[in-house]
Amino acid sequence: MHDIATHDDSKGQYFWVWGALLILTAIEVVLGYKQVFSAVRMLEVLLLLSIIKSALIVGWFMHLKFETALMRWLLVVSVVACFVIMYFFFFPDADRVQPPPDGVGIQQS
Amino acid sequence: MAEATMEHDAVHGLPARGHGAADAYEAPLLGGYSKKVGMWLFLASDSLTFGALLFAFSYNRIYTNPWPTPFHAESIANATIMTACLLSSSLTMVLAVLAAKRGDRPWIRNWLLATMVFGTAFIVLHGMEWSKLISEGLTLSGFASILGVSKTATSGELAVISKNIPQFPQAFFGLTAMHMLHVTIGVIYLGVVAFRKWFLPALAVIWIAGALLIPSGNVFHYPVHVLGLGLLLAVVILFLKPKDYDAHDVEVCGLYWHFVDLVWMFIFPLVYLMSTKVS
Repeated sequence: MHDIATHDDSKGQYFWVWGALLILTAIEVVLGYKQVFSAVRMLEVLLLLSIIKSALIVGWFMHLKFETALMRWLLVVSVVACFVIMYFFFFPDADRVQPPPDGVGIQQS
Repeated sequence: MAEATMEHDAVHGLPARGHGAADAYEAPLLGGYSKKVGMWLFLASDSLTFGALLFAFSYNRIYTNPWPTPFHAESIANATIMTACLLSSSLTMVLAVLAAKRGDRPWIRNWLLATMVFGTAFIVLHGMEWSKLISEGLTLSGFASILGVSKTATSGELAVISKNIPQFPQAFFGLTAMHMLHVTIGVIYLGVVAFRKWFLPALAVIWIAGALLIPSGNVFHYPVHVLGLGLLLAVVILFLKPKDYDAHDVEVCGLYWHFVDLVWMFIFPLVYLMSTKVS
């Protein structure tokens, strides 16, 4: 049985994860505030960084990495599948309403 | 499996049961104890709630052109500090879970208290941000009158956005209010697990102080009574389960808290960083 976390629970790994999350957040803030990329590329980069951060939180802080393979796959696949379905419902319609010239419509002032 | 059940029984102080009996044990679902699996399933469903809100926000964003970009450096700095508070609270939460695994009661409480402090700091900073934005004119039609907000600018950049692009305040307040409610519930949840009945008078004092001190024109004058509702729920829960919460409970409430942190990792870049005012 995989009860209360039975894996290697050294504190150090959690401090590393926390540091990595803070660094990724700092990168996001710099990229967002300086607007280094175009709007669409910015959205892609920020979402990619958010997905990496959420994987660190779910995997280490929430210990999903150390759960059984069945539980990991069941949770991740079902939630991701729901998001993919939502994506196909929402975004084609949003583009139909008013296709923005630069993709996301960020205001460049 | 039987070994697992005996371990489970030992944790809960139940007598060991035989291997061959028909009702000998409840098979652990998905390799975890039932409370943890239940929390995971709740979080999976809650992620769809936030997922739908984030998709609605993105939908608004795509079909509204130009999308307002009202967040100046001050707002971004405030939101960054809020993010650091939540990330730090996740670290203290995981340290509380480790202390629970060791059976170190004083440090369970210390780390849970630290997590509550970070969570409360997040709520206070977010509340100040909301009050500032509303006072500068970012509001919804009907929203201000329902909540009794009196101090709202009728001119200026944010007032113009509210008038011409109501999708922005709708999406912003809808998403962040839902998240703030989750953080508030999380702080109360942690307080109940850490201090049990001793947390109730503290929560009552905070609720009454908030109700008396928050002026009638402020957006939180009525929403502060969510704390009263939380107090009522905490009383009922502690009446029904007046037990000393164990390591499993600490781990399960930790799952909820990390989830609240996780959701903010998407709200922060999508809502704030993609609406940054370039100076």
